[in-house]
Amino acid sequence: MCLGIPGQIVLIDDAEKKLATVAVAGIRRQVNLACIVDNEHPVERCVGDWVLVHVGFAMARIDAAEAAETLRILAELGEAQDEIAAMGERSA
Amino acid sequence: MKYVDEFRDPDAARALVREIGTLTDRLGATKAQPVRLMEVCGGHTHSIFRYGIEGLLPKAIELVHGPGCPVCVLPMGRIDDAIAIAERPEVIFTTFGDALRVPGSTKSLMQAKADGADIRIVYSPMDALELARANPDRDVVFFGLGFETTMPSTALTVLQAEREGVDNFSVFCNHITIVPTLRAILDTPDLTIDGFIGPGHVSMVIGTAPYEFIARQYRKPMVVSGFEPLDILQSIWMVLRQFAEGRAEIENQYARVVAQGGNPAALDAVSRVYELRAFFEWRGLGSIDHSGVRFRDAYARFDAERRFAVRGVSIADPQSCQCGEVLKGVLKPWQCKVFGTACTPETPVGALMVSSEGACAAYYRYAGARAA
Repeated sequence: MCLGIPGQIVLIDDAEKKLATVAVAGIRRQVNLACIVDNEHPVERCVGDWVLVHVGFAMARIDAAEAAETLRILAELGEAQDEIAAMGERSA
Repeated sequence: MKYVDEFRDPDAARALVREIGTLTDRLGATKAQPVRLMEVCGGHTHSIFRYGIEGLLPKAIELVHGPGCPVCVLPMGRIDDAIAIAERPEVIFTTFGDALRVPGSTKSLMQAKADGADIRIVYSPMDALELARANPDRDVVFFGLGFETTMPSTALTVLQAEREGVDNFSVFCNHITIVPTLRAILDTPDLTIDGFIGPGHVSMVIGTAPYEFIARQYRKPMVVSGFEPLDILQSIWMVLRQFAEGRAEIENQYARVVAQGGNPAALDAVSRVYELRAFFEWRGLGSIDHSGVRFRDAYARFDAERRFAVRGVSIADPQSCQCGEVLKGVLKPWQCKVFGTACTPETPVGALMVSSEGACAAYYRYAGARAA
């Protein structure tokens, strides 16, 4: 129950009750958006958002920029190692 | 799947593992004197076993599997209470599937269901509310379980029931809170944990500020982590880097989901509906002050404990079971006297064997050969 699954909001079902349909790994399921909407990001603007779904509730909007930043750090780590390895080969 | 596959990239994992190896060597850790890191969350325990992460790490890093499986730490008395509610003829008792096999003092919910109690597995508390709408002549009870991750979902469901005037719906609240539990672990005299992999989805709700005392008072680092293999490896690397640089801080590896301030709407729903209990009993850890929540008086009519006058009996853990020592990292699962013999996932004695997020069940399922 603690592992959330990323899904994309595809349809607003009931703006009043903050209910939407989310596509999660090929499955469509109704989820509650109450935790991810506010005045700046109302229900109507949620279609297309990637969210983390827990027990029928969208609990976080996944931040694409932060995800990219984490992946960039990881990629750099790999590149730095490749470079060090290449240096080793040249000096050998 | 987006936001999943890219965090499972084998090349990036290899690069991280090499960096972790370099840092571990630099710290002078050895197999005999390892760096000991506790992953607090049962979801992390599950991922660590599922992806064989321990096998990738240097022997000088030891992972201690913490108390973060809410099903596993539920004491037998609460299961007995749940069964007593479920066996009432007017009740439809709804629960997440994880809780069905947790042993009570005489039986589990699964056995109660086989004996005729109307117990149904639901995916969401909202499904339980839907059952209440569809069965106005029955009392629908939802088994509210989990840390702060699932607390907002039951709070919001109760708020929805209140708005709609659904009066045949209630929650048997067993929600627990992580911070007092971490403090209890940190105060354990035989504690040998050097740092923490922090819970990702609890933190998504409460933010990272509530953990600051771990760094300030106890001088231990924590990195809040996501659940994919690269997330966990990167978090381990970040903790090691703190050791290497002589820092003890609360860092956030899972920034794509966890905001520093948590989720305000979720926290608001929780504080409207729930208040702290004076104490809550944990399987294996005993009673911990302020570690659980209950309904505020304003929501008493949705509180199954009050609606059904639950006895609230306290029942000691089985003597043969050493879940407490395993939870605190003093024993490894296979060092328990009953691991794999009297206690297996089919017939669990201790709670850690019950859920797939429990350390013992994970070892039994994924690492049985290696542990033996």
